[in-house]
Amino acid sequence: MNAINRLAAVVALASLLPLSALAEGPGTVEVTHWWTSGGEKAAVDTLKKQIEADGFIWKDNAVAGGGGAAAMTVLKSRAVAGNPPAAAQVKGPDIQDWGSLGLLTELDDVSKANNWDGLLPKKVAEIMKYDGHYVAVPVNIHRVNWLWINPQVFEKAGASVPTTLDELFVAADKLKAAGFIPLAHGGQPWQDSTVFEDLVLSILGPKGYHAAFVDLDEATLTGAQMIEVFKTLQRLGTYMDPNRAGRDWNIAAAEVINGKAGMQIMGDWAKSEWTAAKKVAGKDYTCVPFPGTQGSFAYNIDSLVMFKLKDANDIKAQNDLAKVALEPKFQTVFNQNKGSLPVRQDMDMSQFDACTQKSAADFKEAEKGDGLQPSMAHNMATTLAVQGAIFDVVTNFLNDPKADPAKAVKQLNSAIKSAK
Amino acid sequence: MSTVAALNKASPLDALQRWLPKLVLAPSMLIVLVGFYGYIFWTLLISFTNSSFMPSYKWVGLTQYAKLMENDRWWVASKNLAVFGGLFIGISLLVGVLLAILLDQRIRREGFIRTVYLYPMALSMIVTGTAWKWLLNPGLGLDKMLRDWGWEGFRMDWLVDPDRVVYCLVIAAVWQASGFVMALFLAGLRGVDQSIIRAAQVDGASLPTIYLRIVLPSLRPVFFSALMILAHIAIKSFDLVAAMTAGGPGYSSDLPAMFMYSFTFSRGQMGMGSASAILMLGAILSILVPYLYSELRNKRHD
Repeated sequence: MNAINRLAAVVALASLLPLSALAEGPGTVEVTHWWTSGGEKAAVDTLKKQIEADGFIWKDNAVAGGGGAAAMTVLKSRAVAGNPPAAAQVKGPDIQDWGSLGLLTELDDVSKANNWDGLLPKKVAEIMKYDGHYVAVPVNIHRVNWLWINPQVFEKAGASVPTTLDELFVAADKLKAAGFIPLAHGGQPWQDSTVFEDLVLSILGPKGYHAAFVDLDEATLTGAQMIEVFKTLQRLGTYMDPNRAGRDWNIAAAEVINGKAGMQIMGDWAKSEWTAAKKVAGKDYTCVPFPGTQGSFAYNIDSLVMFKLKDANDIKAQNDLAKVALEPKFQTVFNQNKGSLPVRQDMDMSQFDACTQKSAADFKEAEKGDGLQPSMAHNMATTLAVQGAIFDVVTNFLNDPKADPAKAVKQLNSAIKSAK
Repeated sequence: MSTVAALNKASPLDALQRWLPKLVLAPSMLIVLVGFYGYIFWTLLISFTNSSFMPSYKWVGLTQYAKLMENDRWWVASKNLAVFGGLFIGISLLVGVLLAILLDQRIRREGFIRTVYLYPMALSMIVTGTAWKWLLNPGLGLDKMLRDWGWEGFRMDWLVDPDRVVYCLVIAAVWQASGFVMALFLAGLRGVDQSIIRAAQVDGASLPTIYLRIVLPSLRPVFFSALMILAHIAIKSFDLVAAMTAGGPGYSSDLPAMFMYSFTFSRGQMGMGSASAILMLGAILSILVPYLYSELRNKRHD
């Protein structure tokens, strides 16, 4: 009996230990994210090192899988249980959803002390604010409307870099005739919709794009131009590998890198694959805006939302994370690895390659007019429900060679209506 | 005095004896009641609300069910489950019985062959799905191999054909489960009294007749066990689809479980996801209740 009592006492004490250690030690910052690929991991490690150098404890909560769907499930259950992490990778309109639940903390002190209003582009700052206060910190800006080209393949086929949709089809025909796969593509719903969104931006222009995906305007969604988009999408489908079903985007990128395919329509994260293959931008590969979308910039911004915490030391650590994430050092390393554009507007762009420099120039240009538009396929323009409805129609259309564009437009409209 | 003392000593033990089973069962009972039936009820509740991104309790009646009925993807998923489940159970049973009968002929190296057929069951559906995804991929697997061997006209592109992709799922699932069905039936066949078979042979019955009319009908319980296990595998084959096709091309190989997961957890349409879960539960109950009813009634007669 005595032995059992003693054992019970030891167990009880042992279970108290980590609690007391937490209360007295330095603040901990726990981050839920899905930056798990090689380059992304390296980028997150720089963040971790900086936080630790500042005297805080970094608790990594990486949840891989499903393009963040798995991480979201974890985050939701933890938030409902009243035990959210300090920060989580949440972006776009979702920030407003989390804000309306009253779970996010206001970063007024950090944002004022570090002049976020001056550093961030106005449009980016808007997305990061809920009710006029910063609740999230942006880490990068991806451009979605890129076309990646292997110039050696283009040279062999006698094709030239396209700037309009017509030229795109001319180039594709030449590539096909020379025995290459004209367009590398993976048959996953988000990839299909990335191509679809580029076509909408190209054919309807940035204003029409906004009406279709942000305002969900019925006249635009059912208009003749939208039928034209679906027709073009169907035609583009004939230049893709018929065995593409389920292929990941990086496998498709590898086909272009290895010279099996001529080009790929993909956001600027594709560059990380080229970099990993030791290719140089402008020499071994060419990046151009998707034909017809010059001057437009479909953006996808990754950000970390900050949750309300109780422990004063943990809040200090959280504020430190918010500050470090926007510092030039992290912005440089992270964006060099991710292939994206730094969110700070005062960065020295000479450390970046030709594609990112072009991206930065185009961003400034697009910001002046209507050109800056949120990406639909990457959950920046609309709710997940509407995005899912669009994904279903587009992917089903592209996978059925006999599909009728006029019917697809009607399906798209009714699917969006029922998901709204 | 001594008898009173004995009584006093015995009675708390007796009480403990009476309460012990209930005490021991209470935690698991509670877990089942809350974790299983409680959450079924909660899902039912959510399916009548407009829950989107997080659960909310704004009552909208049957709207979510109406939306579900209009959703093309839901019908594709339901139809796929019917086709997949029917073909998978049917073919697995047929192949399993055939293999068992062939193995039952007292052949040499039986133990080795039995292991070979049974082994796929040791793999998880994720592994099966991934391996068959490579095998059936027209650019990599069987299709390419046969064409490289000179059979130029060969084309096996079911995996990328929206109309036929569900048959690819059947192929992979049958490969995995038929060995298990074989083992079940083989055990049953070994239990059949040899004297019955000899008597039938004396009466001049041929081997197929003996199996079809005498041996297999006596294996009715084995047949039902196999059917129940296969039905379970068919309904929970979420992982096979996730690994092999991820519901593609398009959403042509979606199953209701995949549909439920994607709407509830990744699309923020929790109400509609719950409605689909409740319909799935209804479908399972409509099979399970008559079965349980007949089972329990039979027991009482015995």
